[in-house]
Amino acid sequence: MSKVIVKKEQCKQCGYCVKHCPKQAISFSADFNSSGFKYAVVDDSKCIACGMCYTTCPDGVFEIRKPD
Amino acid sequence: MAVVKKVPEKIARQVPFCPGCGHGIVVRLIMECVEELGYNDNVIFGKPVGCASLLDNSLDIDIFTGAHGRNGASLTAIKRLKPDTLVISYQGDGDAYNIGFAETMNAAYRNEKFTVVTINNTNFGMTGGQMAWTTMPGQKTTTSVNGRDVELSGLPIKMPEMIATSFDTAYVARGALFTPAEINKTKGYIKKALQAQSDGIGHSMVEVLSPCPTNWHMSPLEAQERIIKELVPYYPLGELKNKGGK
Repeated sequence: MSKVIVKKEQCKQCGYCVKHCPKQAISFSADFNSSGFKYAVVDDSKCIACGMCYTTCPDGVFEIRKPD
Repeated sequence: MAVVKKVPEKIARQVPFCPGCGHGIVVRLIMECVEELGYNDNVIFGKPVGCASLLDNSLDIDIFTGAHGRNGASLTAIKRLKPDTLVISYQGDGDAYNIGFAETMNAAYRNEKFTVVTINNTNFGMTGGQMAWTTMPGQKTTTSVNGRDVELSGLPIKMPEMIATSFDTAYVARGALFTPAEINKTKGYIKKALQAQSDGIGHSMVEVLSPCPTNWHMSPLEAQERIIKELVPYYPLGELKNKGGK
């Protein structure tokens, strides 16, 4: 299971998460969501679940989970 | 897998603002603080006239919309009648400063025990980016097409400084939204402001320097850069007053 859940329909492609991710684990998708934005995609192999994307996101796209 | 960070449950639906708008971040910070202070079911959110008017459908809490700029007066009544309820006035710079100067100042002057959170994006956002009191010198807006001329319209207003130095209020601070660290600091300011209200110390105010990519005609990332380079040197960040000491 991934550490970060991305609600892709809420993403508005502002790019804050891409810029502020300390591990450069976030990029934009090749396709579009239903609002016409390219949405954030998290590379699970790089993600450390620090929550920076959650902090900077104005639209509540991210939900951070950590293993029990 | 345990959920460690999740949008507060009272933000039931997505906020409807432009891509990169700071409103979404500040509303989330406020609702996180409300949740952490245990006021989820005992909060009244004073909504302004402006972009934040669009919050109606997003928040599952009691919302009051004042006449343009008059939340300072309306929420005084609400807080006096319901002293145990957390009352938050969420206003833009145009609503709280230009239009509602008298109400905002009088509420602070009387030290009314509610919290004001103002979003300073240096223009009137909803109506298309007109010049406001907070517009920076030289900034082009739809009503200052050659850039704001300070000879003609004066220098941008620093409302938190005025309130902090003039009146006996509890807490005044200014935050910004350009990095995760600053966003977390801003959350700290908002939490202290709400705590000051909860403890009954007095009026509290937090101004937040927020990006407005649409009306600044910039990308969201360029808007964050503009806050660092242009706004922060004029509008210093940090706590201006803290009577509670917590």
